[in-house]
Amino acid sequence: MAEYSEKKAMASEGTAGAFEKAKLGIWAFLATELMLFGGLFTAYTVYRIRYQALFHEQHLHLNRTFGAVNTVILICSSLSVAIGIAAIKAGKLAVLKLCLAITLGLASSFLFIKYLEYSEHIGNGELPSSNLFFSLYYMMTGLHAIHVLAGMAALTTMLLLTNRGAFSKEYSTPVEITGIYWHFVDLVWIYLFPLLYLIG
Amino acid sequence: MRAYKTYIFVWLTLLVLTAATVSVSYMQLGVFNAVAALIIASVKASLVALYFMHLRHEKELVWAFALFPIAFLALIIAGTLTDTLFR
Amino acid sequence: MSRQQPSIEKNYLNETHGFWSWAYTLDHKRIGVMYLLTILFFFLVGGVLGLLVRLELLEPTNWLVSNQTYNEMFTLHGVIMIFIFVIPVIPSALGNFVIPLLIGARDVAFPRLNIASYWIFVSGVIVLMVSMVHPIDTGWTFYTPYSAKTATSVTIVALGIFLVGMSSILTGLNFIVTIHKLRAPGMSWHRLPLFIWGIYATSIINVLATPVVGVTFLMLLSERLLGFGFFDPSKGGDPLLFQHFFWFYSHPVVYVMILPAMGIISEIIPVFTRKPIFGYKAIAYSSLAIAGAGFLVWGHHMFVAGMSSIATIIFSFLTFSVAIPTGVKVFNWIATMYRGSINLDSPMIYALTFIFLFIIGGLTGPFLGSLATDVHLHETYFLVAHFHYTIMGGTVMGLFAGLHYWFPKITGRMLDEKTAKRAWAFILVGFNVTFFNMFILGFRGMPRRYATYPEKFQSQHIISTVGSWILAAGILIMFYNFIRCIYKGEKAPANPWRGLTLEWTTPSPPPTENFKEIPVVTDWPYSYGKRKDADG
Repeated sequence: MAEYSEKKAMASEGTAGAFEKAKLGIWAFLATELMLFGGLFTAYTVYRIRYQALFHEQHLHLNRTFGAVNTVILICSSLSVAIGIAAIKAGKLAVLKLCLAITLGLASSFLFIKYLEYSEHIGNGELPSSNLFFSLYYMMTGLHAIHVLAGMAALTTMLLLTNRGAFSKEYSTPVEITGIYWHFVDLVWIYLFPLLYLIG
Repeated sequence: MRAYKTYIFVWLTLLVLTAATVSVSYMQLGVFNAVAALIIASVKASLVALYFMHLRHEKELVWAFALFPIAFLALIIAGTLTDTLFR
Repeated sequence: MSRQQPSIEKNYLNETHGFWSWAYTLDHKRIGVMYLLTILFFFLVGGVLGLLVRLELLEPTNWLVSNQTYNEMFTLHGVIMIFIFVIPVIPSALGNFVIPLLIGARDVAFPRLNIASYWIFVSGVIVLMVSMVHPIDTGWTFYTPYSAKTATSVTIVALGIFLVGMSSILTGLNFIVTIHKLRAPGMSWHRLPLFIWGIYATSIINVLATPVVGVTFLMLLSERLLGFGFFDPSKGGDPLLFQHFFWFYSHPVVYVMILPAMGIISEIIPVFTRKPIFGYKAIAYSSLAIAGAGFLVWGHHMFVAGMSSIATIIFSFLTFSVAIPTGVKVFNWIATMYRGSINLDSPMIYALTFIFLFIIGGLTGPFLGSLATDVHLHETYFLVAHFHYTIMGGTVMGLFAGLHYWFPKITGRMLDEKTAKRAWAFILVGFNVTFFNMFILGFRGMPRRYATYPEKFQSQHIISTVGSWILAAGILIMFYNFIRCIYKGEKAPANPWRGLTLEWTTPSPPPTENFKEIPVVTDWPYSYGKRKDADG
């Protein structure tokens, strides 16, 4: 009894198979990212429970407006990536290019706002070594910012490749994979924002 | 395009939920502030995963890859808390 | 049985030449060989450090080195053996070579990621070696607060381990997707070789646990360099949090070490017993169970560190659960051998040695997992003996079994059986003399990581040191056998052991593309005698 027909055997060959492989690959990679941030979420939980007053008092030093604006920025960047990918699947190269550029612009704004926030905190003497809340704040948003940077590098690569005509209606796997990664970066911030800026 | 419509709808929902979570944070609900914030965040995260990351249309294998690790995140938090909460 | 292959046939070794054809290779077999050579070299380095540690312990005083140097020696021994040797050796070296062959594929899912993983590994190893300009003295476990404050190069070592860990993560990810997507037609999950089940479970652990140690080292680095307060009591931090994070990875990682080795044993025993493996599904699923249960027990490294009583009780209780799937495997291997036609060639004697030594190592686990006895035994030589029996008696014997089993496939040559058995005899005797003695030493109260000790322990220390020389001699004879037979060994046929797994259907050494045609699988790989498949 052959459980695997010829078709399934060929499933790992060709672009459809390659996309399936790449998808599994990126979700497995996101699992590792979840556990990477997971250590920090654990530390946050432990110390938040232990030092409720400190967390409440210190979180008021964060700029809630900037945090909310950054949340909106990332949500918009997820939209632009999603629209870009839908576009290339319909063969619309120009729309993809525009969307990638917009995503990169939004990502840069996110980092710029974080730069403004960090400068303000440092100016106020609110350093990582000041207290546990700020240790966690800098570590979690810092690690997240590094992932934003990495995502921007990937998005830029996608933009360059698009300009070179690497993608089409039939083949857009790298862009889709980059998109999934970018949404994860948004996802982490969706949790970071309330945990650091809103509940304390 | 149909795909665009769905994405825009999800985007608007996410913005509304963001506004909601910010407003709730100004109310004094004690421990329920944290609960509400986490619930809203989880709804937002699910929307991003289901629609933007296309989980809604994926096979069980991809769902397994996506959901299975969450159990381990819960595990490390719970396990550490059995120590730190009860010292 | 195949005839010998002509010596000028093209294979993965001779198809292309030159440094760059290896440095930039996308061939999983070449990548596996590069990992193997790199890792085995560092095994010898770590071994020399171990011998030096034992040398100092001949006398109860600091006769050879100072306490500081001794601390550096055992730390480096541990770091090299754990991070550079035991964790990656079977998956990244043997696994890379053998996995696509076993599942009937031409390569792994992401060959470019694979070569990148190798170079990330090498960069991590280089960074770790650079740290030796100012060797660390924290023990391989890096406990805070000492590791956050000590002036030694903890920062560099942490970076090195981060890189080596990254390599494990990417390799694990590669293997998971490979096993899901690249199996030959007809190879359903219940027709997979058991080594693949072991690697699959191992890769899940690598993917989920390793990032936690990564972020732990990031937190340690941020504490050292920028004054973050996660583990610093003076800032409200908790040193025990470091231990939670460290062991959340480091306990599951011992299952990363043992599961591939168990997979090798599951491959060797049916071949050298000419019988189908007993309880295929039980062995397959027990690999997953061990991986899962392994995540639940990390607190058993911290019973006397200051955890809450509730935590100690829960972790102790859960620790016993891991013994169950492990026991399932051992019983099934023994049941496979019952009434089999046993061939005691070198792969099999190492496999039997694995079972023997791992049982001892495993049975001494519960002594440490029980709260009351652990208070007495923790951080004594009993613990040192336990983990050497499980890791060296287990993983390393499994590695040696796998090296002897797949040597013909990898090199195209047969090993000299007489020399192999001579080496084995030295290793068996040397290992047991060195380490069994340590169980008693630990019971009597000798703590680990001490260069000096009370006179009453000296005679036992001398015994262990002499044992270490016998063990070292055996390992050197074994390596001599490997090196000599690469050049002078008898030419190997495609299937010297008459195995039924797919790697034996292709020449020794295999061509770069593995198979002329991707095979179609119609049977499980253990059809010795009458049994036709996993379901009977």
